[in-house]
Amino acid sequence: MTRYIIRRLLQAIPLIFVISVILFVLMQSVSDPLATMGGRTVTRKADRERLTRQLGLDKPLYMQYLYWLIGNDWTKTDVDGDGVPETPGRRRGVLRGDFGTSLVNRGKPVLQVIWDRLPNTLLLMGISEAVIILGALVVGLYSALRQYSLLDQVMTAISFFGYSMPIFFLALMSIYIFAVNFKRWGLPYLPVVGMFDPQIGKTWGQVALHMILPVFSLSFMYFAAYSRYIRSTMLEVLSQDYIRTARAKGLPRSMVIFVHALKNASLPIVTVVGLDLPFLLAGAIVTERIFAWPGMGRLFLDHVGRGDTPVVMGILMLIAVAVVVFQLLTDVTYAWLDPRIRYN
Amino acid sequence: MEPAEAIPRVSLPVVEEVEPPPLTFRQLFWRRFRRHKLALFAAGVLLFMLLYAVGGTLVFSEAEANYTDTTLRLQGPSREHPFGTDTVGRDILARTVYGGQISLLIGLSAMLVEVLLGIVIGALAGFYGGIVDSLLMRFTEAMLNIPQLFLLIVMAKFFGGRIPNIVLAGRTFSGSVIVIVLIIGVTSWMYLARIVRAEFLSIKENEYILAARATGTRNLGIIVQHILPNCMAPIVVSATLSVASAITLEAYISFLGMGVQAPTATWGNMLDGAYNYVETAPWLWIFPGLLIVLTVLSINFVGDGLRDALDPRSLAK
Amino acid sequence: MIPLLQVQDLTVRFDVLDGLVHAVNGISYTLNEGETLGIVGESGCGKSVSVLSMMRLIPQPPGKIVAGQVFYRGRDLLDLDDAEMQHVRGKEIAMVFQDPMTCLNPVLTIGRQISEAIVVHTGATWEQGRRQTVRLLEMVGIPQAADRLGDYPHQFSGGMRQRAMIAMALACSPSIFIADEPTTALDVTIQAQVIELVKSLRDRLGMAVIWITHDLGVIAGLAEKVIVMYAGFIVERGSVDDIYGDPRHPYTLALLKSLPRVDRSSHEPLATIGGMPPDLLGLPAGCPFAVRCDYRVEQCLQENPRLRPILASHEIACWVDVAGRHGPVTGRAI
Repeated sequence: MTRYIIRRLLQAIPLIFVISVILFVLMQSVSDPLATMGGRTVTRKADRERLTRQLGLDKPLYMQYLYWLIGNDWTKTDVDGDGVPETPGRRRGVLRGDFGTSLVNRGKPVLQVIWDRLPNTLLLMGISEAVIILGALVVGLYSALRQYSLLDQVMTAISFFGYSMPIFFLALMSIYIFAVNFKRWGLPYLPVVGMFDPQIGKTWGQVALHMILPVFSLSFMYFAAYSRYIRSTMLEVLSQDYIRTARAKGLPRSMVIFVHALKNASLPIVTVVGLDLPFLLAGAIVTERIFAWPGMGRLFLDHVGRGDTPVVMGILMLIAVAVVVFQLLTDVTYAWLDPRIRYN
Repeated sequence: MEPAEAIPRVSLPVVEEVEPPPLTFRQLFWRRFRRHKLALFAAGVLLFMLLYAVGGTLVFSEAEANYTDTTLRLQGPSREHPFGTDTVGRDILARTVYGGQISLLIGLSAMLVEVLLGIVIGALAGFYGGIVDSLLMRFTEAMLNIPQLFLLIVMAKFFGGRIPNIVLAGRTFSGSVIVIVLIIGVTSWMYLARIVRAEFLSIKENEYILAARATGTRNLGIIVQHILPNCMAPIVVSATLSVASAITLEAYISFLGMGVQAPTATWGNMLDGAYNYVETAPWLWIFPGLLIVLTVLSINFVGDGLRDALDPRSLAK
Repeated sequence: MIPLLQVQDLTVRFDVLDGLVHAVNGISYTLNEGETLGIVGESGCGKSVSVLSMMRLIPQPPGKIVAGQVFYRGRDLLDLDDAEMQHVRGKEIAMVFQDPMTCLNPVLTIGRQISEAIVVHTGATWEQGRRQTVRLLEMVGIPQAADRLGDYPHQFSGGMRQRAMIAMALACSPSIFIADEPTTALDVTIQAQVIELVKSLRDRLGMAVIWITHDLGVIAGLAEKVIVMYAGFIVERGSVDDIYGDPRHPYTLALLKSLPRVDRSSHEPLATIGGMPPDLLGLPAGCPFAVRCDYRVEQCLQENPRLRPILASHEIACWVDVAGRHGPVTGRAI
C-alpha cells in the first residue's frame, strides 16, 4: 500500500511539471505585460526596452521558464541595456513560493492577491460539495431501491434537465423566481449580490443568506448528475451474486443495502466525487460573476480581462495542482477502501 | 407397457430446426434505438431546431434581425415581437434564428475539430505504443488536469480579436466564430483521445490485424481500414455528446463577454449582460436560454439513446 | 409424520421483452428429515429457478410464481411475508451457490460474512459469533481458522472459498441445506474434496440436502432420491437405484448413455443427445422432449404426459416406458 502511494506521488510530480510548462508557454505567448503595465505612460521606446529587460522578456522562453520556476535572485539582469548584467534579480521562483507580483495591483505578491479571495470561493465550493454529496446519496439510494417509482422517474427527468442546463441559466432562473418574483409577491426574498449586505456587515447570518442562491445554482447541476450515477452504481451492485447470497442468508434488508451494497458502491462513487471536486471551480466562475461573489473565479475573470499574467498564471497553476493532488488523494482513498488492492 | 418390439418411429414434419437469421447490425441498431422513445422524441426536437435556425431565414432576413430601433427597446413579448425586443430594439425572435445558426454551427464545427484531434492523437498513441504512447498520454493527462473553462477564457481573450471579419454569401461573420470553434476543439479532444487509444490497444491484438500485416498492408492502411471502422461506436457517441458540450461552452464564454463578438449573434452572447436586466426584462435571457437548454437536452438524450443502441455489451432492455 | 419439505405444483414464469418464459411448470416433490435429494438436468431446465423461487429469491418482476405451494414443516413459504421469510432463510433453509468468487462480498471479511448470519439469527453477540465462526471454519477444514477471520475472499483459494461458503450456510444449523451446482466451478480434485466434506457434515449434523447439478456422476454417490428435470417439468423421479439401475424415461436414458465410461473402449464415439434444448418461450403442445426423443410415438407430439407411477416410488412422465428396451447402461456402481 505504501509502495502504491509512493508510486503515485512519483507519477504526480512530473505531471505537475509538464502542466506548468504548458501553462507557462501558453501564458507567455498570450500575454503582453508591457501593454498591461504601461497604459499611457510607457510609450517611449527606451522605457519599453528597459521594462522588457527588467521583466526578463528578452530572454529565450526556456530561460524565462527557469526564472519563473527557481527565481533569478541568484543571477543578475542587465537592466540598463549596456550589455553587462548588474542588477540582481529579486524573484525567488515558484518552487520557493514566489509567484511574482501582480501587474495590475502594482507590486502586490500574486499569492497575496489570490489569498484575499480564495477563502470565499472555498466556502462556496465546500458547502456546495457537501450539499451535492448528501443530496445525491439520499436521492440516488432512494431511486435505486424504488426503481421506476414516481419519484425515481421525476428525479431522472430533473437530473437530465439539470445536467443539460448551463449554470447561468439556472442561476438567472433562480434569481428571477426567488429574488425578483418573491419580492413582487411580498414573500421574503433572497439576496443576490455579494457576500453580505454592507449596511449590516459581514455576519455569519448574512453570509449564509447570501450563499443560498449561489450554492443552489452550483450544486443543482452536479447533484442531478451524481444522483443518477449513484443510482446506476447501486443498481449494478444490487444485481451482483453476493447480494443474492446476503439475502439467502436471511439478513435484514437494511443490512443488505447499507453494509453489503453500499460498501461496494462507495468505491466508484468516491472516485467520481473526488475527481470532480476541483472542477467545481469552473462552475464557480460563472456563479461568482452573476452573484457578485468576491471569490477566486471573479478574480480570474478580472485579471484575465486586464492582462495580469502573473496572477492568471498563479491561479491556473494552483488549480491544476489542486486537480492533481485530488486525483492522488482519490486514488489513495480508493486503494485504501478496496481490500483487493490494500491487501495484495 | 408397450411390447418389446420395434415401434414405428413417427416421422416429424420436415421443419428445419434452424434459428432465425441473426439481425444485421443496422437492424439491431434501429430496433434498439426505436425502443428509446425519449431519444426518438429528442431527435425530433433537434430536427425542429435545425429547421428553426435554417428555415427561419426564409421568414426573417438578416437585416431584419439586426435592425435596431431604439424607440422599441426592451419591449416585452407582443404580437409583432413574439419574443420581445432587446436593449437596442432588435427583434429577439429573429435574432434567435440567426443566433441559432451560429450556435449550431459552432457546435458542429468544434465537434469536428475535436474528433479529428482526438482520433489522430488516440490512434497514434494506441497503435504505436511505447514512447510515443507515453509522451502523448502525458500530454493528454496534463491537458485534462487544467479546467477547460479557465483555459478557454485565457485563449478567448487573447486570440479573440486576431481574426478579421469574414464576408460570406453576402453576410458578415465575426472572426471570433472561428476562434471559438478552434479553441473549444483544442481543449476538448482529450476524452475522445483516451477512448480511441483504449480501443486501438485492444483491437490491435486481434488476429485479423496480424493477417492484414502479413499481406503487406501499410500501417496507415491498417489504422484507417481495419481498426478505425471497428471503434466507430464510441466515437459516434462521444462526438454527439461533444456537440452539446460545445454549444454549452460557447454559451458560457459568450455570456462572460469573451465569446463571439458583434456583429454575429449567438444564443450565448444574447445572454451577455442580460443579468443586468433580470428584473426588468426577463425575456432577454429566457428565450435564448430556453433554446440552449432544449437543444443541449435533446442532444444528450439522443447521445444516450445512441450509446444504448450501439453498445453491443449493454443489455437488450 | 409431516415431510420436512413438500413442493406442490410449483409454477414460475418470467415476463421478458420477447414473451413469457415458462421456467418451471408444475413440479412437485417431497423431502423428509435427513434425506438427500438430487435434482438433475441440463442448463436451463429450471432446477435452479425452482429452488430460488422456493427461497423467494427470484426478482418479482420479471419473475412470477404463478401457482403452487411450498410447505416447510407445514407452513407455505410462498405465503409468508418478507419479515417471516427472512427468519427462514439462512436459519431453517440455507443455500450455497455455484461460483464462490462472485458469491462472496469482496469488501467484507470472511469472518464478518459468517458471523453476521449467526448474530442476526440467534441473537448472539459479535464476540460469540466470532468464536462460533472459528469453530465452523475448522469444521469445514480451513487451517488456522482463527487467523483467517480477518481475511478477504480474494485471499482464499477457490476450494477454500467454497468451504467458507459452506461454513456460512451451516452457521445456524439449518434443517435443509441446498447446494446449487457448488462444485461446477472447481477443479475435479477439489470437487471430490468438497463433496466428501458435505457428505461428512450431513452425516454429522443430520440435515436434509438438496443437491442440484447437471453432472450425473456426482449424484450417484450422494443422493437417496433423484429428480430428473427437463424444460421445467419433472420427467422422472425415484430412488437413486431406480434412476441409475433402471431408467425408464428416454431423457434419463440418454443422459446416462452420454456419460463417458472407463470400461468402454476409447474408440467408441461418445453418445450425444441430438437436437437443441427447448425454447422456454414457446413450449410445444406435446412432450417437450419429443423432438429429440428416439422413442417417440404419435401421442408424444400431441399431449404432454403427466407423471405416472411405474413402481412404488418410481415415476415417469412419458407415454413410452423404455424399460428393457436398451442394453446395459450403467454398471450401477458408478
